[in-house]
Amino acid sequence: MQRKHHDLHLHNNKKRFPSMNAITRLAAVISFASLLPLSAVAADPGTVEVLHWWTSGGEAKAVETLKEQVKKDGFVWKDNAVAGGGGAAAMTVLKTRAISGNPPAAAQIKGPDIQEWGALGLLTELDDVSKANHWDALLPKQVADIMKYDGHYVAVPVNIHRVNWLWINPQVFEKAGAKVPTTLDELFAAADTLKAAGFTAFAHGGQPWQDSTVFEDLALSILGNKGYHAAFVELDEQALTGEKMVEVFKTLQRLGTYMDPNRAGRDWNIAAAEVISGKAGMQIMGDWAKSEWTAAGKVAGKDYLCVAFPGTQGSFTYNIDSLAMFKLKNENDIKAQNDLAKVALEPEFQTVFNQNKGSLPVRQDMDMSLFDACTQKSSVDFKDAEKGNGLQPSMAHNMATSLAVQGAIFDVVTNFLNDPKADPATAVKQLSSAIKSAK
Amino acid sequence: MSTVAAFNKASPLDALQRWLPKLVLAPSMLIVLVGFYGYIFWTFLLSFTNSSFMPSYKWVGLAQYAKLLENDRWWVASKNLMVFGGLFISISLVVGVLLAVLLDQRIRREGFIRTIYLYPMALSMIVTGTAWKWLLNPGLGLDKLLRDWGWEGFRLDWLVDPDRVVYCLVIAAVWQASGFVMALFLAGLRGVDPSIIRAAQVDGASLPSIYLRIVLPSLRPVFFSALMILAHIAIKSFDLVAAMTAGGPGYASDLPAMFMYAFTFSRGQMGMGSASAILMLGAILSILVPYLYSELRNKRHD
Repeated sequence: MQRKHHDLHLHNNKKRFPSMNAITRLAAVISFASLLPLSAVAADPGTVEVLHWWTSGGEAKAVETLKEQVKKDGFVWKDNAVAGGGGAAAMTVLKTRAISGNPPAAAQIKGPDIQEWGALGLLTELDDVSKANHWDALLPKQVADIMKYDGHYVAVPVNIHRVNWLWINPQVFEKAGAKVPTTLDELFAAADTLKAAGFTAFAHGGQPWQDSTVFEDLALSILGNKGYHAAFVELDEQALTGEKMVEVFKTLQRLGTYMDPNRAGRDWNIAAAEVISGKAGMQIMGDWAKSEWTAAGKVAGKDYLCVAFPGTQGSFTYNIDSLAMFKLKNENDIKAQNDLAKVALEPEFQTVFNQNKGSLPVRQDMDMSLFDACTQKSSVDFKDAEKGNGLQPSMAHNMATSLAVQGAIFDVVTNFLNDPKADPATAVKQLSSAIKSAK
Repeated sequence: MSTVAAFNKASPLDALQRWLPKLVLAPSMLIVLVGFYGYIFWTFLLSFTNSSFMPSYKWVGLAQYAKLLENDRWWVASKNLMVFGGLFISISLVVGVLLAVLLDQRIRREGFIRTIYLYPMALSMIVTGTAWKWLLNPGLGLDKLLRDWGWEGFRLDWLVDPDRVVYCLVIAAVWQASGFVMALFLAGLRGVDPSIIRAAQVDGASLPSIYLRIVLPSLRPVFFSALMILAHIAIKSFDLVAAMTAGGPGYASDLPAMFMYAFTFSRGQMGMGSASAILMLGAILSILVPYLYSELRNKRHD
């Protein structure tokens, strides 16, 4: 209404001053022109802009299905993929845009970060969509709690990665005569056998997050569920400095001697390729490693084995990807945003996305026969772990602590593993003091 | 209306001439003021706050600086910068001067050789870093090559050795920058009056002592320009480390710029990241200010 009134007013002006000079006329034209796109937007279906870093082959394909679904529902998808730095580049873009008051509709944010963004008051509550689609019934409670800020859904989960996996090339094991390990002792026995037969026991890339993934698995194996939770979720001083933690570091140092000494800076997928090609026997990595095996045309259960990291059977360290939804002003854009939230949890997207990512669908009512042996096993283990306290957030994948604390742990762990002369007892002291100063 | 009055007094062209330089300079002036000094000031402010992954303005005094100085990684990064900067600048200067002097001997195909030495400068540090990462990798680079050729005992594993990895950065950076230093000095050498050299030869001075005592001392301004440019490259060499080692193994090859980026942007410790940026700025100013002061004072004496 107000806009119309403004137009009329201008019109009146024109009548009153017939000898209007060129500049005023120009200004009038510009102001009319600038009104036009506004009305064009009003007729437009809503747009949903998604900021993400799902840019690798399989991931891009998975995002494409989400895009198609949203388009089919009559909305416009604005893709904003920012590759690089494991999401660090995308986060920088997101922060800049959030500060300038122009956030995208949805962004790939996960774990405790959702709470931080929620506390800034930037996230929108998805009450209508979540109630209409019965999210509370569909999602496991622990997953739902991560997606909620102040009791309301502010993000939609898309998958559940399991981190505590050990990937095995059975041909290599057969050649060397090694046995599939179920305890840490058996793990080192298998590593010795592989090493004696001339294979690299563990394929590994020397990057902080990969070092910390191994560290976290060892901690879960040695400290148990309760100890792990106390150390990395509650950051309990006693759990962090106890005898058992010294043992974790000792074991990590021992494990490091079975890795390729030239591993510094190697990417995880290059390490995975070493296991696939039969140069190495095992890799300690989350279930995204499966996408490399799938891409190489290998079949789960036959060409490669996935077992829970020795000593962590019955536990499940999770890494959940999710899309957090930002507050928007435009009515139609909000509709598009709600549609995205709905579609992301629908079985069709959940199936394609998780088949490509190697992860577990978040919906608990999915037909698991569509997935391979590893994901099926993951699904069974998830349900088992959920009953007790086996379901634990992954520290190395930013599900357990703030980024600052995670970074402090990374620094200590990666420095320890890369220094052959490092002392486990000193490392434990460094760990607790680094965490204290980062808190 | 007042502008119209002004137009009437002087001719419009005169006014334009008076205002044009200011108008043209205004945008860049504004960009420098806001984008440079404005943000330095903002960073300075943030370094006294508890800013986490977004800026906040809760004052915490010098707490971030205290935390920074307790951080082992910061000290590793600072020490690395000293070692890297010192070695990189001195080796580049020595190699560059040597190449320039040798090229200055009126040899054949000088243009061709000069181009070869200068070419690394045309590459970005990212390319240099990636190429040297492969060359120095013990599993696939020079190390493997020499062992495959039969030199079984050869071992060049500096890139994966936390104590020596910083020297790998020096090698790559020297390879890239020394050709540029050569070009700077070659230009300087060409400006030296040949009659001075001939006079020295008549006096019976040998070629090395002519260069060391007469020619090179006269190139003092070139030396300072080269030093400034190299120091600049050393302090901002973020991309070389990012491409070559990503700070690893562990954080053994971290540099302050990498540290600042990691803490400010990926770890959500913006306050501490800002504090490290301010300390870096302070370090640069402590070198730059005395230098500028001495240079400007010399000018006044001339």
